[in-house]
Amino acid sequence: MSRNLKEKFNLSSGEYKQMVQQKKPRPPLAKNLVTAFLSGGIICLIGQLVLNFFMGLGFTAQEASNPTVAFFIFLGALLTGLGIFDKIARYTGAGTAIPVTGFANSITSAALEFKKEGFVTGVGSKMFMLAGSVIVFGVMTALVIGLISAII
Amino acid sequence: MCSQRIGNHTVKIETPVYLSYSGVVSGPKEGKGPLLGDYDEVKKDLKLGEKTFEKTERRMMEDACRLALSKGNYGKGDMDYFIAGDLLNQITVSGFCALQHPVPFLGIYGACANLVQGIGMAAMLVGGGYGEKVLTATSSHNCSAERQYRYPTEYGFQNPEWSQWTVTGAGAAVITSTIKAPRVTTVTLGEVVDTGIKETSGLGPAMAPAAAATMLFHFEELQLEPQYYDWIVTGDLGEYGRQLTLDLMERRGYYLEGVYSDCGTLIYYPHQQVGAGGSGCASSALVVLGHIYRRMKKGELNRVLVVATGAMHSPTSCFQGDSIPAVAHAISIENE
Repeated sequence: MSRNLKEKFNLSSGEYKQMVQQKKPRPPLAKNLVTAFLSGGIICLIGQLVLNFFMGLGFTAQEASNPTVAFFIFLGALLTGLGIFDKIARYTGAGTAIPVTGFANSITSAALEFKKEGFVTGVGSKMFMLAGSVIVFGVMTALVIGLISAII
Repeated sequence: MCSQRIGNHTVKIETPVYLSYSGVVSGPKEGKGPLLGDYDEVKKDLKLGEKTFEKTERRMMEDACRLALSKGNYGKGDMDYFIAGDLLNQITVSGFCALQHPVPFLGIYGACANLVQGIGMAAMLVGGGYGEKVLTATSSHNCSAERQYRYPTEYGFQNPEWSQWTVTGAGAAVITSTIKAPRVTTVTLGEVVDTGIKETSGLGPAMAPAAAATMLFHFEELQLEPQYYDWIVTGDLGEYGRQLTLDLMERRGYYLEGVYSDCGTLIYYPHQQVGAGGSGCASSALVVLGHIYRRMKKGELNRVLVVATGAMHSPTSCFQGDSIPAVAHAISIENE
């Protein structure tokens, strides 16, 4: 491996990787964190307003959380379908990816993409190509935590 | 026996072989870039009324071929060979495009090095006397490539600054031994280099050593200095790959500063948010067959070395933990 690197440029793979690291710009961590915090916060604020709205309709706080989540899934899917979500997410990063909006986006974008490959072989089987691992490991984690809490 | 073979990687095309005609089609984003005037056609949207992005890419390659052929008043069956390659699995764009051309077809895969691999093979065929006129084409489409290599097109995520943007467009060239135009004088075919890099969001760093190695083969075997050329371009290394290539060449005593650019950094304005620059087969196709070819015909450039690089990985090989092997091929184009 890397025979050419050694022969031609007298570099080991590790040395070359170091060269690359020096060239690469550092990700603007502070800026990314702040925009993610603010955008995520704004989504949560809207979430609170929606929750309050449902509570105003007579739901308890716990009951109102389900339609609130459904609202954000719908919103994420709608913005994905309109081709807006990816443009927002370019700036907001984790701010839109971590809330349920990101989950909706990962499923809707895959479903849209693979629609052309048929409903069974495309939409059906490839819809969860990104979200699948979230579901699998989410359920697994819930199971483990559930077991621990039952034992304690 | 092999009088035209110089060294282990380079061939000199002794009998004149000309890059007689070119056809270049760009996507909408590319059409808003600084090279707008160099494209034959700028497509207004990414779909062109087709059902899938793959079909749109096919249309673009067909249009590029049509444009190149029509400039020489050729029909679709007039070529001796059709050589084409693209990025999609099993190079379907090329295969389907070849359906339109009732001539012998060679499908190639050098990833983003397709343009140079195609022109190089065509020049060798024509220069060797195995044909008189060859059509070669390549294409890439941002949406079809992103979906195959990365995420669905509508998936929202933050691109790191060193990531690159797949160029949408297609380029075709007619190589002949008869119609005078800038000449393809040498072809240097490179070896595959593996740097151990696994990062796929920007492939420039993984491909830069392949580009530098091929340049070294070229300069050493032909005993040339970089300054022999008016311009040296690499295909799609992006800004960081370009800087790495400069550094690598400097380690071997070749100073390219001032004569060397990367096609990926020329296609877009900084405000178009493409990270380190363009990538994909169309990156070199748009710049070489559009911008450079035009300037050579005007006589503004007389000797150009084009080094196109390709990453020979697939999503599968990456998920299985393999690093990214890369290859680079070079052609020199010179005015007589």
